[in-house]
Amino acid sequence: MVKTVERDVELTCIRCPKGCALTVHVNPDNTATVTGNSCPKGEEYGRTEVLNPVRTVTSSVRIAGTKNGVVSVKTKGDIPKGKIFECMDALKGISVEAPVKIGDVIIENVADTGIDVVATANFE
Amino acid sequence: MSRYDVVIVGAGVTGCAIARELARGQRNIAVLEKNADICEGTSKANSGIVHAGYDAKEGTLKAKLNVRGNEMMEELSKKLDFPFRRNGSLVLCFNEEDLPKLEVLKDRGEKNGVKGIRILTPAEVWEMEPNITKDLAGALFAPTGGIVCPFGMTEAFAENASVNGVDFYFEKEVTSIEKTADGFKVICWNEIYETKAVINAAGVFADEIHNMVSDKKLKIVPRRGQYNLLDKKCGDFVDKTIFQLPSKLGKGILVTPTVHGNLLVGPTAEDLDDKTDTDTTAEGMSKVFKEAALSAPDINKKMVITSFSGLRAHFDESGPGDFLIEELDKAPGFFDVAGIESPGLSAAPAIGQYVAEMVNRRFPVPDRIGFVESRKGIPNMANASDEERESLIKQNPLFANVICRCEFVTEGEIVEAIDRPVGARTLDGIKRRTRAGMGRCQSGFCQPKVLEILERELNTDRGNVCKSGSGSEVLKGFTKEDSL
Amino acid sequence: MKNVDILIIGGGPAGLAAGLSAKRNGVENVLILERDKCLGGILNQCIHNGFGLHTFKEELTGPEYADRYVTMVNTEAVPYMLNTMVCDISVADDGDKIVTAMNKENGMMKIKASAVILAMGCRERPRGALSIPGSRPAGIFSAGTAQYYVNMEGRMPGKKIVILGSGDIGLIMARRLKLEGAEVLCVAEIRPKSGGLKRHIVQCLEDFDIPLYLNTTVTCIHGKSRVEGVTLSQVDENMNHIKGTEKFVECDTLLLSCGLIPENELTTAAGASMDPKTGGPVVDSTLQCSIPGLFACGNVLHVHELVDHVSAEAERAGAFAANYVKGR
Repeated sequence: MVKTVERDVELTCIRCPKGCALTVHVNPDNTATVTGNSCPKGEEYGRTEVLNPVRTVTSSVRIAGTKNGVVSVKTKGDIPKGKIFECMDALKGISVEAPVKIGDVIIENVADTGIDVVATANFE
Repeated sequence: MSRYDVVIVGAGVTGCAIARELARGQRNIAVLEKNADICEGTSKANSGIVHAGYDAKEGTLKAKLNVRGNEMMEELSKKLDFPFRRNGSLVLCFNEEDLPKLEVLKDRGEKNGVKGIRILTPAEVWEMEPNITKDLAGALFAPTGGIVCPFGMTEAFAENASVNGVDFYFEKEVTSIEKTADGFKVICWNEIYETKAVINAAGVFADEIHNMVSDKKLKIVPRRGQYNLLDKKCGDFVDKTIFQLPSKLGKGILVTPTVHGNLLVGPTAEDLDDKTDTDTTAEGMSKVFKEAALSAPDINKKMVITSFSGLRAHFDESGPGDFLIEELDKAPGFFDVAGIESPGLSAAPAIGQYVAEMVNRRFPVPDRIGFVESRKGIPNMANASDEERESLIKQNPLFANVICRCEFVTEGEIVEAIDRPVGARTLDGIKRRTRAGMGRCQSGFCQPKVLEILERELNTDRGNVCKSGSGSEVLKGFTKEDSL
Repeated sequence: MKNVDILIIGGGPAGLAAGLSAKRNGVENVLILERDKCLGGILNQCIHNGFGLHTFKEELTGPEYADRYVTMVNTEAVPYMLNTMVCDISVADDGDKIVTAMNKENGMMKIKASAVILAMGCRERPRGALSIPGSRPAGIFSAGTAQYYVNMEGRMPGKKIVILGSGDIGLIMARRLKLEGAEVLCVAEIRPKSGGLKRHIVQCLEDFDIPLYLNTTVTCIHGKSRVEGVTLSQVDENMNHIKGTEKFVECDTLLLSCGLIPENELTTAAGASMDPKTGGPVVDSTLQCSIPGLFACGNVLHVHELVDHVSAEAERAGAFAANYVKGR
């Protein structure tokens, strides 16, 4: 079992514009107790944001053979926050052949996260 | 090395007006401009006023050329197709005891040959201009006063000069001038232009050009004027150009409609050392409004769409206090056209003729055969009727593609601005020629599209397209090219 | 002259939802006019995620959200015209609206419509730049313009960036520029509090250690050809700058993100009464302007926080306009 330092983390919930002030208590067994939330989403947000923060990364890649053609992409799911720049590095130098359709996989398992990068726009 | 009969230094309104007039003769003419476009110095940032001609002392060149320029303006604006409106001007007098000063102005105007000027009572002024202050003693009315598009006039001169054979060179800074056996070598860093005659129309830098060939040194002190430009929603706040009688508070701030329907207030008058300092300052911008409020208290400051400043080419105290337009005794063939501050824009057409006469006397040449007198400007979709729009779109479908929403400027107009003689090469060049980016959003929406059109028409990469000259590239590389 | 029952001006999220709704409510003869070369409006350049939680119960990027609607519009055969600019709206004696528009194929067109739905969206408030003294070199962009360059063209507006204004587009661009390789030095906000969503403060600034300076503004722009730096100054509670707090920040780019205002040129040209608070037209409970048969929805009416709200409002506008047409 992972041991961790017991502490309180103050957060503002960003799941909706209400912005509840959360207090996340991290227990020694690396579990967390969330207070201050007004809905279950807040509890989940507080726990994840402190124990295992994740983000969806959005960017774009070039269309091969064009000077200014790009197509937007995203990680198909959340990836660990610490992997954001690794994901961006993986996108460097990538260009794709048109046509591209929404959902087309651009990079599989980006930065070893188990998550694919997919196109979020069509390019004909 | 290039060889010319005449080299004109400076492609402002004066240089371009002179170029056009000189092109009436069979001679080779070059215009050297240190910026990337015409109209980049004093000519681009001023009040856009065609003065009636009562300001300058009788007998001066300023007086003579102002009145003549004013008289020429209407016909010229039709012939060369640039925006001009004879809206009339008022000089406001706020105190009874200053009323005699209006009489002095009126007398001077009459001696200068200004037609139709008269003194109005406050009631007459308010009938003409309801937004004028109630603290008014009287005003001088000059019906011949007008407003002009300074860019439009400069472009018209330049284009027409070019059509008549004048060569324009940009980003050519004159670094020295050497006398030769039969003229001059004008040197721009490593390039040499040999010429029989040099015309110094270098605006705020005219002293430096003059001092390259003369021991009788000149000094120009750049006099900065800051302006606020207001939204077209307040374009009809006043109809006439409203001046203030010069008083203890200074020369006064003017309030005027522009020929494009905006409202303009300014300028300040600050003598500087730096000839490139066209910064605006918080003090300057608030001073402009504070003093403009003396004329018209209800100007809506919230309607400002941009602020800008320009530099006037003002001689220091040792200078002539008038336009300096003459051939140098010690350097025959070198003509100064220096100290062209207000009313330089009004006088420009007359300066062109005056200088051409001087040059013709010294270097007579036969008339150019087939001189083209007139020129048609870029079509203007914003002001066109539905029928005119329809016909323009039929000729060229690009006129249906609106690029600048604020000013209703289409791709057709922008492409013309680039493809014409002395065409636009920069964002600012497009803006001055077509008004794209001149409106209330100040190019937020249209800038990427204008960049794309410049890229295509100039067959370059948009990364090389500049706002004004080199060093002002709009974009800085590609995404993902730097290490994170 | 072309005749339609309902004409929709704008093919962004508001116009698409309004057009679909009008047709679903039984009015067949509708037409959407879009000035750009594709449907979707500003969503096409908003490649970040966070759209659609209410409408589609999942988190989408802007282009994906737009595509859902474009697909529905195509499937349900809602007619639209691209590259078409509306120049004017006037009201005929019989109450019909006469819309003047133009495009390359048809030249100038007059379209007679029983009802018109305004869905032109909003634009960035340009005011940010106006009151800043100093020079006007290259390197000053509105945040939306920078977003276009980065997301639509893969080009960088600059490499060392200061952002003035903490509106959502500014915050989002702070992250985008950082991820694409720029140094984002700070975001300055003249007010004591950011106008952007908390979510954006956390995920766009805090995640990347980009400082947000409150009560701070740019008081001078430096540089002749290109921005070379800006002076940041603190302001007091009246937003007057406090002398002695000036700080020079070297940068090559200043982004202005000073909020959004409804695009109201056509609305005012049509003669609709305007609401000075929202910057959009005054509407009744059926989203109808002061001119009968003229409806407004989305950001042209007032600036919405979420696109989902725009879609929902536009759907109502489409239904109200359909009722209006059927009742005439």
